[in-house]
Amino acid sequence: MAYQKTEIMSQFEPVIGLEVHLQLNTKTKIFCSCANQYGCAPNTNVCPVCLGLPGSLPVLNRQALLYAIKVGLALNAEINSFIKFDRKNYYYPDLPKGYQISQFDFPVAKDGFLKIKSGNQEKRIGIKRAHLEEDAGKSMHDNTGSCSLVDFNRTGTPLIEIVTEPDLRSPQEAYDYLNILKLTLQYLGVSDCDMEKGSLRCDANISIRPVGQAALGTKTELKNMNSFRAVKAALEYEIRRHEQVILAGGKIVQETMLWDDTQAQTQTMRSKEEAHDYRYFPDPDLVPFTVDYKTIDSVRAELPELPQAKLVRFLSQYELSEYDANILVADSGMADFFEAAVKEYPQAKKVANWLAGPVSMELKNRKIPIHGLKLTPKALVELIAKVEDGVVSNLVGKEVLGLMLDQGKGAEEIIQAKGMAQVSDDSALFAIIDEVIAQNAAVVDQIKSGKPNAAGFLVGQAMKKSGGRANPKKLNELITRKIAGV
Amino acid sequence: MSISKKDVKYVAALARIDLPEEDLEGFTQTLGKIVHYVEQLQKLNLDNVKPTSHAVPVGNVFRSDAVKPSLTNSQSLAIAVEAKDGCFKVPLVIE
Ligand SMILES: [Zn+2]
Repeated sequence: MAYQKTEIMSQFEPVIGLEVHLQLNTKTKIFCSCANQYGCAPNTNVCPVCLGLPGSLPVLNRQALLYAIKVGLALNAEINSFIKFDRKNYYYPDLPKGYQISQFDFPVAKDGFLKIKSGNQEKRIGIKRAHLEEDAGKSMHDNTGSCSLVDFNRTGTPLIEIVTEPDLRSPQEAYDYLNILKLTLQYLGVSDCDMEKGSLRCDANISIRPVGQAALGTKTELKNMNSFRAVKAALEYEIRRHEQVILAGGKIVQETMLWDDTQAQTQTMRSKEEAHDYRYFPDPDLVPFTVDYKTIDSVRAELPELPQAKLVRFLSQYELSEYDANILVADSGMADFFEAAVKEYPQAKKVANWLAGPVSMELKNRKIPIHGLKLTPKALVELIAKVEDGVVSNLVGKEVLGLMLDQGKGAEEIIQAKGMAQVSDDSALFAIIDEVIAQNAAVVDQIKSGKPNAAGFLVGQAMKKSGGRANPKKLNELITRKIAGV
Repeated sequence: MSISKKDVKYVAALARIDLPEEDLEGFTQTLGKIVHYVEQLQKLNLDNVKPTSHAVPVGNVFRSDAVKPSLTNSQSLAIAVEAKDGCFKVPLVIE
């Protein structure tokens, strides 16, 4: 069923909260020493703890806690000085113990915020909490459709769940929040944040209420969105559905909806487990933890400059356009590359243009990150200098860049080997110019009769004859001189 | 607080225990006695007692982030009732 956008829409205000699950990229799992690795043969990264065998005991990976503290600090949250782990009880075949180890009343971090841009203003999105928990295994449907198959490799992967306050007021705000959250997490280096691999997952809560009403409407929970774009689309759909149900005099039922990306609609998740009673209680297998100031301070000292601060600095320190600065900051590797390059070659705008333009294009085409390129900041600025000095044109410069990346060689070497340097030598250019002038007497007459713009045509002809290698500035100058008889 | 038959049915369902109807009365009484026994705690004055989540006074037990060998696939599947394609085979899960 399709729910069209209506003008009535403006009568209602959406209230949205998001829950993001992030897999941490520690070397081992959260409560055992199995490798925390994606893509291994099924059930080969498992041990008695993973399988929930009697007599096995979970022990917390210190690195997972440090990462969670790091995330908490980056989200401007308060780190609890006392934390503990609790059991969240439910039955599912991918959960061997019959409970998930999570955190209930004493999460690692609470009461934080992230800022997003809403129109021209900044808006604070409250972070209610961020807690550690273990991931579950993976169940797959057998192709015969008669049974399910369970792989426990993912069991015990460290997760941090980041829960916002219901502060988001539109699907666009939700989308913007997710993007800045992801970028922040990427800067922290605690996860690869890859939604396709499931290392970052997002659920949403949505309700609507008449504009001006304080009480919240009944919410539904949205699951199964595989991209931020899908989160936005699912929220847009669900808002329209809520509106039309309410306008038709109906009531929203509090339930979980699954987003179907191909049908572009939400569907009720029919499940007997709908009325969850998780019966949280402290996990007696895990001791409680205290987090002291020393630990928090040492993690704080490791925090990198975060993307929003970096953007502000790039705009002021290098006087970049907002467009260029955003492209650089959107990838911490790119931002670092930029600053290293500017140290070698202080024309920041030129360097930014090359990175945001040709280099970004190459990254896109080659589908690799910037640290995967056979390019150093020094090698890039050598190329930029060649273009600025007129050794090669801008266009040929881009071609040289491609060859540098293919061959891992420097600009100088490639320009030499391929004979790509612009011809700026007077005698070589005059030979071409003489030919062009002889073949275009009419144009020459036009120029002589006071139409100097016609020289452009001759420059074009000469460029063609040179195979694109002539220096156009120089050509223009020499043609003008020749015709003027100087 | 007393335990009703409905409570017992609910807890049995959560624990996936198939409780025969004829056992319901007996379990309701037994569970009721246990809950009543624990209720004695409510008579105590606990104003100056900190909530405890763990009975042993130990904290901050960590593991370092170093990989140790896992089980092999055949070792992990040795406890499976049924296995297929390297996985634990279970009754069909329908979401
Ligand atoms: Zn394990």
